[in-house]
Amino acid sequence: MTTDVPFRILPQLDDRNRHFWTSGAQGVLQILRCQQCGYYLHPPTPICPECRSTDLAAEAVSGEATVVTFSINHQQWMPGPEVPFVAAIVELVEDPSVRLRTNIVGCAPDDVHIDMAVTVVFEHHPDPDGDIYIPLFTPRSSSGGTEA
Amino acid sequence: MRADENDIIERRTGISGIGQSEIGRRLYRDPLQLTLEACLAAIDDAGLTIDDIDGVSTYPGSMAQPVGYTGAGAIDVIDALRIKAKYHNGALETSGQLGSIVNACLAVGAGLADHVLCFRSVWEGSAQGSAGRAAVMPGQGESSSVKASGFSEWSLPFSMPSAATWIAMYAQRHMHLYGTTEEQLAWVALNARRNAERNPNAIYRDPMTMDDYLAARMISSPLRLFDCDVPCDGATAVIVSRRERAADLPKPLLRIEAVGTAMAGRPSWDQFDDLSTMSTRDAGAHLWTRTDLTPSDVDIAQLYDGFSFLTLSWLEALGLCPVGESGAFVEGGERIALDGELPLNTSGGQLSGGRLHGYGFLHEAALQLWGEADGRQVTGDPQVAVVAAGGGNTCGCLLLVKE
Repeated sequence: MTTDVPFRILPQLDDRNRHFWTSGAQGVLQILRCQQCGYYLHPPTPICPECRSTDLAAEAVSGEATVVTFSINHQQWMPGPEVPFVAAIVELVEDPSVRLRTNIVGCAPDDVHIDMAVTVVFEHHPDPDGDIYIPLFTPRSSSGGTEA
Repeated sequence: MRADENDIIERRTGISGIGQSEIGRRLYRDPLQLTLEACLAAIDDAGLTIDDIDGVSTYPGSMAQPVGYTGAGAIDVIDALRIKAKYHNGALETSGQLGSIVNACLAVGAGLADHVLCFRSVWEGSAQGSAGRAAVMPGQGESSSVKASGFSEWSLPFSMPSAATWIAMYAQRHMHLYGTTEEQLAWVALNARRNAERNPNAIYRDPMTMDDYLAARMISSPLRLFDCDVPCDGATAVIVSRRERAADLPKPLLRIEAVGTAMAGRPSWDQFDDLSTMSTRDAGAHLWTRTDLTPSDVDIAQLYDGFSFLTLSWLEALGLCPVGESGAFVEGGERIALDGELPLNTSGGQLSGGRLHGYGFLHEAALQLWGEADGRQVTGDPQVAVVAAGGGNTCGCLLLVKE
């Protein structure tokens, strides 16, 4: 696996999203969860849409997910990963209604398929505003590290 | 549930005139001039004068970014033509590009205005210039230090700035669930090109074969180059008029029989409940709750093709074919040809005609219903047209009936 970290446009951190983009420092993926009814909120919002509670907290999830759909991107739209790379939407095993847009890494693009089991890996981007750990996903069978 | 008859106020309105500016790949003309060219043509086509216009509605209104996405806001046109507006609107957060038409219908239906000038103006071709799409993408020069937030927070950090990639993932899911093939998808593009050959204003008019389509480079699988529409410069305008005020106008009013604006799923490119469809599903179903007409009454269909898959999505959403069968519906291209059972995207759509962003379809539907589509006129005097625009969480549709 390459150790080169591609250029990425990094997310603007705020109190609502910080857990999602930085918890990779601890090697875990965190999703905001309602402490009253257990609903996972993604993207994070200040009120639980299920029970209207504001008692919310970021919780670690397993990082295991399933590919719902994907596209092998061949067009170099902007500086970024070497093309072709895989754009995907994955659903978390804890709650399939929680979906993440991501890239699938650590395998040949042609090997990616719908329903593929994947696990999170983090791409570390040092940044003066706070280090960002972008959650990417890799085939579950080949997982071994936490750095993409 | 069926809407109450008295509440369907779009039916008190209709299209009385249309206009279009010069259209080209890269015109390097003043975008406001293009916009006004289309607006004045539409006012004239309706048999009206500027003094008759008392409302203005546009999509998306003034926006500095992305460059070229909009050529004028409502207030630019109001000021340039000295319109005495009782109503104006320019908004991105509405039911797609045609949301600006719906807003005009609501204003007329509510008695705020009698004749609303509606327009959509783009100059993406010139904005991109010789640098191509990269010129309007983030990540270059000063913008490389910009942070992603809001809508872009969930796309830019994953290096997917283009709707091509987002929509490609929907197409992939549709293929997975229903067995839709790349060759079926191709027919949306091939049909568009064959119609564009007959449209002197279309951008791409050279004949295209299935081999040409398949040989073109992959952009974001399964979408190839010709599954993506072509950026251009141009403006389109239409007049939405109160029915009672249109009786003496030169053209038969194109009644807005029903609109579809619903968005039932989460308004998101990734959290929508079914990734093989979009808000197209909700807007399409909504339209049929506001009319006694049914999909079998539709004579011609002008269905958005910013990317080819969107046309398939609208075919299913509007009940013009069963869910999952849009690929088979367009395959071979006979059914959707000018002389087929459902002529589709008769001007060449945006794939070959240019990315006039929704309004081009409305313009073409009006031409066809008025029998003015020289060289590509659908025979048999079509009476009912469905027009749909947008994708993802930005979808709206209209049903037009010639009075």
